[in-house]
Amino acid sequence: MAEPTITLNVTRYRPGQDKAPTTQAYAVPYKEDWVVLDALNHIKDQMDGTLSYRWSCRMGVCGSCGMMVNGTPKLTCAAFLRDYYPGEIRVEPLVNFPIIRDLVIDMSDFLDKLKSVKPWIIRKEEKPVAQGEYLQTPAQLEAFHQFTQCINCMLCYAACPVYGLEPKFLGPAAIALGYRYNMDSRDQGQEQRAVLGNHDGVWDCTFVGECSVVCPKDVDPAAAIQRSKVDTTKDWFKSILMPWGER
Amino acid sequence: MSATRPDPAKLYRPKMPATWWLKKKSYFLFMLRELSSVFIALFLLVYLYQIYQLTRGPEAYISFTQKLNSPGWILFHLIALLFAVYHSITWFQSSAVVLPVRLGEHLVPRQTVTALHIGAWVVVSVGILILFLALKG
Amino acid sequence: MATEKTTEPFWWGLFSAGGVVAAFLVPVHILLVGLALPLGWITNTGALYRIWWVKIYLFVLIVLPLYHWAHRFYFTLNDMGLKPMNKVLAVLCYGGAIIGTVVTAWVLLKL
Repeated sequence: MAEPTITLNVTRYRPGQDKAPTTQAYAVPYKEDWVVLDALNHIKDQMDGTLSYRWSCRMGVCGSCGMMVNGTPKLTCAAFLRDYYPGEIRVEPLVNFPIIRDLVIDMSDFLDKLKSVKPWIIRKEEKPVAQGEYLQTPAQLEAFHQFTQCINCMLCYAACPVYGLEPKFLGPAAIALGYRYNMDSRDQGQEQRAVLGNHDGVWDCTFVGECSVVCPKDVDPAAAIQRSKVDTTKDWFKSILMPWGER
Repeated sequence: MSATRPDPAKLYRPKMPATWWLKKKSYFLFMLRELSSVFIALFLLVYLYQIYQLTRGPEAYISFTQKLNSPGWILFHLIALLFAVYHSITWFQSSAVVLPVRLGEHLVPRQTVTALHIGAWVVVSVGILILFLALKG
Repeated sequence: MATEKTTEPFWWGLFSAGGVVAAFLVPVHILLVGLALPLGWITNTGALYRIWWVKIYLFVLIVLPLYHWAHRFYFTLNDMGLKPMNKVLAVLCYGGAIIGTVVTAWVLLKL
C-alpha cells in the first residue's frame, strides 16, 4: 500500500527573477506526528533544496518559524498536519511584511520598532552591585509577567489589519513589550517610552483583538495596548487638570 | 555584528485589499461592531427629532410618534436595537480585558466580569423603563 | 509626556465615556421610544422631557454617544482605505459630533 501523502501549496518567490510570488505544490508523506515544519524540512532535504524559510528550535520558543498556514498566522512547528489532513495546506509567508524570498519576510521594520520602545530596564541612576539586588514581590511580578512571554514571532503583526493598512503603526508586540517595561517595578523609564503615546503608537489600534487570538504564548498584546491607552489618557487628563503635578 | 538590510529593490510588497474585512469572519464581526456606533448615533438623532417635535406643540409630537409606526421605521428601530445590543455585549467583553478586576489575591475571570456588567445593564434598563412609565404624566 | 503633541487621549476619553453610556442606556431607549411607543404598547405625552434633571440625563444620553460614534467611525473610515482624506474625515466626524452637541442643547433649552 502506498504511503499516504498530503499536499502543501507553498509560496515561491525568487528575488530579481520573479515579478510576483507563485505557488508550488509538493506531495509530502503524511505522518500523524508531523508538523508543517517537518513537512517543509522534508521538502528541503528530499525534494527541493531551493526552498527558503526560517526555523530554529522547532518547539515554540524561538519565534522563527511563523508563517501563514491556510490563511492563519501560525508557528509551523506547532501546526500539526493531522489537523488539516486530508485537505491541502497552503503555506505562505507572514502577511503585512515585504517578502525577501519564498517564505522569508523582511523583519527590519519590526526590529526598528522594538528598539524604539527601549525594551530594557531604565534607571534614573544605576544601582551599584554592592547595594544588592532589586526586590520584587509576587504581586509586582504578576503585574507584567504575562507580557514577558513574547518570543518576537510577529504572528500578531500578520494578524493585525491596522498594521497591514498603516505600516507606521508600532504594532502589538512592540507596544506590549513597552508596556511590560513600564509596568516593571524596577523600571523608571516610562518617559523615555513616549513613542507609545504617539499617533502611530497605541492610538492607531482599534482593538480588533486578532493579535491576542493568534499569539502562541498568550501574551495578550491587545490587553497591553488598551491598558496603555487608559494609562496614557489618565496621565494626559492629569497633566491638563493638574499641571503642577510632580514628575 | 550589524546585519545587512535586504535590497529594497528586490523585495515583494503585497498590497492589502480594501475588502480585507470581508475575508475573515473575525474581521467581519469587528467591522459590524464598529458600524454599530452608526446605528446608535442615527437612533439618537431620530430620538432628538422626536423630542424636538414637543417644542412645536403636543400635536406635532403625537403625529411624529404615529409616523414612527410605519413598517420602515419599525424595521429601522429593530435593526438599531440589534446593533445596540451587539455594542453592549462587545463593550462589556472589552471592559473585562481593559480593566482587570482583582479581589485581593485573585484575578476575577473575564467572563465573570462581563456577566456582572450584563447584570448591571439589565438592572439599569429595568430601572429606566419603570421611571419612564412612572413619569409619563 | 509624548514626543509629539497629541490630543488623541481627549477624544479617546470621550469615545470611552460615550461607549459606556451607549452600552448601558441606549438599548432600553430604543425599545421604549422606537418600538413600544409607536406601536402603542405604552403611551407618553413627552411631558417628562420638560423636567430639568431629565433634560440633563437626555443631554448625556444623546451627546456622549455622538462622540463615541465620531471617534469610532473616523477610525473605521480610515481602516476602509480612506486614510488619505483623514483630515476631511476628522472634520466631518468630530465636527458632526460638536454640531450635534449644540443642536441637542438648543432643543433641550427650547423645551
